[in-house]
Amino acid sequence: MAKRQVMFTFPAELIKEPIIYNLGHKFKVVTNIRRADVTENRGWVVLELEGEEADIEQGIAWVTNKGVRVDPVIGDIVEG
Amino acid sequence: MQPVNVCDFCLSPLEVSYDYKTLAKALSREKLAQGPLTMWRYRDMLPVEGKEVDIGAGFTPLVKADNLGRELGLDRLYIKNDCLNPTYSFKDRPVSVAVTKAREFGFGTVACASTGNLAASVAAHAAKANMKAYVFVPSNVEPGKLVGTAIYDPVLVKVDGSYDDVNRLCNRLAERYNWGFININLRPYYAEGSKTLGYEVAEQLGWRAPDCVVAPAASGLLFTRIWKGLDEFSMLGLIEPVNTHMYLAQAAGSSPIVNAFQAGSLHVHPVEPDTIAKSIAIGNPADGYYALMVARQSGGGACAVTDEEAVAGMKLLAQTEGIFAEAVGGVVVGALRKLAASGSIKRNQLTVAFITGAGPKTQEIVADVVRPVTIQPTLESFEEVLSVPA
Ligand SMILES: Cc1ncc(COP(=O)(O)O)c(C=O)c1O
Repeated sequence: MAKRQVMFTFPAELIKEPIIYNLGHKFKVVTNIRRADVTENRGWVVLELEGEEADIEQGIAWVTNKGVRVDPVIGDIVEG
Repeated sequence: MQPVNVCDFCLSPLEVSYDYKTLAKALSREKLAQGPLTMWRYRDMLPVEGKEVDIGAGFTPLVKADNLGRELGLDRLYIKNDCLNPTYSFKDRPVSVAVTKAREFGFGTVACASTGNLAASVAAHAAKANMKAYVFVPSNVEPGKLVGTAIYDPVLVKVDGSYDDVNRLCNRLAERYNWGFININLRPYYAEGSKTLGYEVAEQLGWRAPDCVVAPAASGLLFTRIWKGLDEFSMLGLIEPVNTHMYLAQAAGSSPIVNAFQAGSLHVHPVEPDTIAKSIAIGNPADGYYALMVARQSGGGACAVTDEEAVAGMKLLAQTEGIFAEAVGGVVVGALRKLAASGSIKRNQLTVAFITGAGPKTQEIVADVVRPVTIQPTLESFEEVLSVPA
């Protein structure tokens, strides 16, 4: 089993969709929310995904395809 | 202490904390002033126990910039010239602490992902510490920058992929290998090294904080640590309470923190960077939120500068103060110009601009300044072409 810590950023049109719920149901991935801030037109969620490496990858690809931006929770690490 | 960088619970970044009460009793201006002329004169306020890995970082000049000040309408402008570090950028400060810590933790190998400055500094400090270094760079890094890193003989890994691919790969490597990853598991210690910029400026100004600071922000870490350095000095009773207005500068092509500041938002939304100021092209800044808070709470601000304005800033800095900075310095000067013109920074405020990296690494950006006059090797030719009165 692997764990991945990520940040999802949702555009306005996806705020009302149960994306995280669906992620947990469509893929064998456990979603564990740690921090979040969602307003009417924007939202972000910091969460940990747990599952097999391949399932996590497929889950992230599906979420990205939906229009959610997925970033590592520790930010960009390629520094100047 | 452990090599961890995020809280298990909320996944937020971790910070080092100190016992300021005990420190305050042990420290004084006189004692600090007797220390070595490097950043290690502030060793008591850095999170290290063992012998430091020191290649001479810090205690760089703070110069009064009268010519540039006149140009911008600022009477009390100073430049902290941190180009004058061993590997030509301020990164030697945080890296010196991080590599010292890596050795304390027993790591035999240090690693980082970088487009230049960080890579060179890590490789140089690893050489001094007799440690192995792995340095990961995106495949589009300019050859000039690679030389400045490769000379210290790290394992230089060019990753065939986009910036995001390198990011993702290095996060995975950090989970898998027992290395000291400078800006991942060593990040809380790395961060602390940049506080010395705040300390030095206060000491060099005769034990006082500036009225205004203008500094660049990529991940936002440097900016928050300059503030922390000033704040700690006042907590330790070394200077009066700090009332500095902190202004951060970003390139317009990569300005997520400035965007958030201007929108009055608390969340820094990631962007896709596109700027010549490559060393501050970070789209998803780890400390963006904290930098935003420092800018807001100090009554400062945030300012974005186009690539053209940055190049103009580089030239202006060189031609007024004799300092050849990289594009980041141009961004800082561009921001300074705007802040002075708009009246955000007043003429009589004591202002310090932080110039954090040297120009020769990325000379291509200003190659158009080379316009020599060509003459024959004769007196006649010289006088004919240049018509200088003898
Ligand atoms: C020359 C220079 N100045 C400023 C910065 C910004 O530092 P930070 O990521 O701490 O905001 C960097 C690196 O990222 C840099 O290379």
